[in-house]
Amino acid sequence: MTRVRTGWMLLMAVGLGVLLLFPLTSPSYVRALTPTFTPTPTTPVATRSVTDDEVNAIAKKLYCPVCENIPLDTCGTQACEDWRQLIREFLEQGWTEEQILNYFVERYGERVLATPRPRGPHVLVYVLPPVFVVAGVFLLFRTLKAWRTAAPDEEEGVLETGSPASSEEDPYRKQLEEELRKRL
Amino acid sequence: MTNPTASPSPPSASTSPRRWSWGAVLVVAGVVFLLVLVGFQLVRTQRGVQVGDRVPEDLTLTTYYGETYRLGDLRGKVVFINFWASWCKPCEEEAPFLQEAWERLEGRGDVIFLGVAWTDTDAKARAYLERFNVTYPNGPDLGTRWAQVFRIRGVPETYILDRDGRLAYIKIGPFVSTQEILDAVYQVLGEQ
Repeated sequence: MTRVRTGWMLLMAVGLGVLLLFPLTSPSYVRALTPTFTPTPTTPVATRSVTDDEVNAIAKKLYCPVCENIPLDTCGTQACEDWRQLIREFLEQGWTEEQILNYFVERYGERVLATPRPRGPHVLVYVLPPVFVVAGVFLLFRTLKAWRTAAPDEEEGVLETGSPASSEEDPYRKQLEEELRKRL
Repeated sequence: MTNPTASPSPPSASTSPRRWSWGAVLVVAGVVFLLVLVGFQLVRTQRGVQVGDRVPEDLTLTTYYGETYRLGDLRGKVVFINFWASWCKPCEEEAPFLQEAWERLEGRGDVIFLGVAWTDTDAKARAYLERFNVTYPNGPDLGTRWAQVFRIRGVPETYILDRDGRLAYIKIGPFVSTQEILDAVYQVLGEQ
């Protein structure tokens, strides 16, 4: 009974997960992710010298859509070079990392971020994997426990059927042993 | 000779067929249905608009000079949408042909060219437009919204919408002459 209930709970969890993930693929969601561009006013701030490390620290948190799966700090295309230059200019103007990342998200979409922000439906990206891991461990534990309790029952079942343990009681074993003796 | 296999052996508890309740069947069916729905939706999203499909009317382009063009407001005109980037060499080769074609079609009033800069920086994009003396409206693809609708694979790519706002022509890669551009536009206008 408990096992059936566990199965139900797992199925419902998967169903709920699918239901929650479904809006992620809908065009309306994609539209919702696309922010309205509001140009950020550039305040006249004294420029400072910026190192490559500072630029790359931010660049590695971004992915250029042109070269998928290559972080911005290691990508060698002209497009990525332009983006790194832009980061450098923003840093020189005194922008914070958060401001720069916001600019890129606003300008090029949420997909440029190496790790999605835990906001809105993106929370699921952080919540669902641990939930499934816990559910998996729980299921594994239940299954192993069921196996351990089932094993003695099966042994009992064999004994209850009257299968004899010795050759004196088992005519087939006795016959087999006789046949073997004849051949030897 | 006796057949040992004929010995009766009672079925053990573990081999008895498992009974599924109607509720469990319904839950499984529901989950499978949802998975299929999600898969279908994913495929549709990945596919992008196809020739004959209506393009979302709320797609808006804000140009580098502050003008705003909404696709829904351009109904009745053939809309020539060209994706480009300043770092793209084939785009540079195509740019003079696009400008020349625009100069020849601009006076008609029923054709409009829109240039969409993909993953470009403002400074580079503006310099590019000045370098090729581009006069038709151009703007950044904010949030890569346009690129997602058309599911572009790179630049340059061109999409031409008919007067009803349906996708009528796709060109992957650069146009190699002004005439090729004009032919494509005339084809959509039905004048060829």
